[in-house]
Amino acid sequence: MDTMRDRFIATASQLLDEQPRLAVVLADISADGFAPARRAHPDRVINVGIREQLLIGAGAGMALTGMRPIVHTFASFLVERPFEQVKLDFGHQGVGGVLVSAGGSYDWPAGGFTHMAPGDVALLDTLDGWTVHVPGHPDEAEALLREAVDGDDRVYVRLSLQENRTARAVGGGAGFPVVREGRGGTVVAVGPMLDNVLAATEGLDVNVLYATTVRPFDAAGLRRAVGAGPGADVVIVEPYLAGTSTTAANEALAEVPHRVLGLGVGRAELRRYGGMDEHLVAHGLDPRGLRERITGFLRT
Amino acid sequence: MTNTTAAPPRGLPGFDGLDRLITLMTGAEKHAPAAHSTTDALWVLYSRVLRVTPETVRDPGRDRFLLSKGHGPMAYYAVLAAHGFFDEEVLSGFGTYASPLGHHPDRLLVPGAEIGSGSLGHGLPLAVGTVLGLRAQGLTDPRVWVLMGDAELDEGSNHEAIAHAGPAGLEQLHTLVIDNASATHGWPGGIASRFEAAGWSTATVDGRDHEALYAAFTAPHPGRPRAVVARVEPKG
Repeated sequence: MDTMRDRFIATASQLLDEQPRLAVVLADISADGFAPARRAHPDRVINVGIREQLLIGAGAGMALTGMRPIVHTFASFLVERPFEQVKLDFGHQGVGGVLVSAGGSYDWPAGGFTHMAPGDVALLDTLDGWTVHVPGHPDEAEALLREAVDGDDRVYVRLSLQENRTARAVGGGAGFPVVREGRGGTVVAVGPMLDNVLAATEGLDVNVLYATTVRPFDAAGLRRAVGAGPGADVVIVEPYLAGTSTTAANEALAEVPHRVLGLGVGRAELRRYGGMDEHLVAHGLDPRGLRERITGFLRT
Repeated sequence: MTNTTAAPPRGLPGFDGLDRLITLMTGAEKHAPAAHSTTDALWVLYSRVLRVTPETVRDPGRDRFLLSKGHGPMAYYAVLAAHGFFDEEVLSGFGTYASPLGHHPDRLLVPGAEIGSGSLGHGLPLAVGTVLGLRAQGLTDPRVWVLMGDAELDEGSNHEAIAHAGPAGLEQLHTLVIDNASATHGWPGGIASRFEAAGWSTATVDGRDHEALYAAFTAPHPGRPRAVVARVEPKG
């Protein structure tokens, strides 16, 4: 099956044929995949070379003229390296665009920490007005991308090599759907964490919510799920920096006595190579690690 | 299509009136010309070169002027007021809570401002994107100007933009560098040489000479972006 990044390239290439307002801006990453689209639309598929500050500035400049830019490279170079450009060239200028990353937090462990961006969503949380999509399947990535290019707002789509076995209906402002119902607490699984969360909570009496659009955070959905049980105990499992959404959950439950446990990628740099599975274990994000920490917190 | 420059409408100040407008912001009885390094170049651009008026600020076919060097925007505000983009009475509120005119401009607050700036090194990448966006829409007539200072060229983001714009042949792009010798380590070999090496058309002129500025601004440069270095008095 294709990866989310493959699907992104195919979908964006098709959308370029259909929507004259759309442009794709690249910094060499995925340039080969977009080569046919670039031949078909040389003025709307731009490769600025390995220049990430220019990548963001050029995308925002296109938006200033009324275009809808899709700006793409690895998460480290898309959000972290040119962060002030993201803040000012889009936010302060008051224009929109679609940032699409690849690589995520642990997609290429053999590549080391330089190509990992577990802090990307937390960084965007310091800015106003960004919608953040974390799809868990290529079909979901496609659906969320199609939704993103139709708007005028600022959207971040975070693609990963980790994915769930089956796709679910996403987008449309539907919030966090309930995947499993229970009474002993609520676990929010973000994007590609869902399969591991479902395996980890097998047989436990807990709600499981599925979050692919994490910003805006579905506060009403979380309150609804929590209200159905006896206690407001919430665990959020995210494929990036642990605790990234804890503030959003606390705000959602401000009127309710509650406890929140944020699980995700640890802050400390592992300095290990290897494979994704090994990194998931190291961060306690494999089914066994998750079950141990979820049951310890919920005391179920 | 916008084919007229914003010559000062009848009743609005000319170049000689800029001092008074700047005084409305600074409150100073007199100001040293060196403190207003951009005044002459801005005046020549707005009065004789840029095809944008208060009536065409939303026309897709207008020329764009991006003030990248957002520090010390008094001359810019004065020139905009002199060309009727907003009333000169606004100037006296400069920097106050209720004023749209800050110590760095905000495009969402200042009528006629294409970008908000202040942090150095954003204007030229945004200008590159503006040209790319115009080209993608078949708008090859509008010209895009960005103004920066020589010290601003220290920012790496500008070099990413310079290195890309030359080989990409962004003919619609124009960079105006106000050189008041304020870069900490200077530019051995001259500023223009950096642009030339990347394939730009360049000129270096006296930044106080209106005719020299006009000639440099309007010289043809087919297939290449244009950089005009305007030398003014060294920053004291």
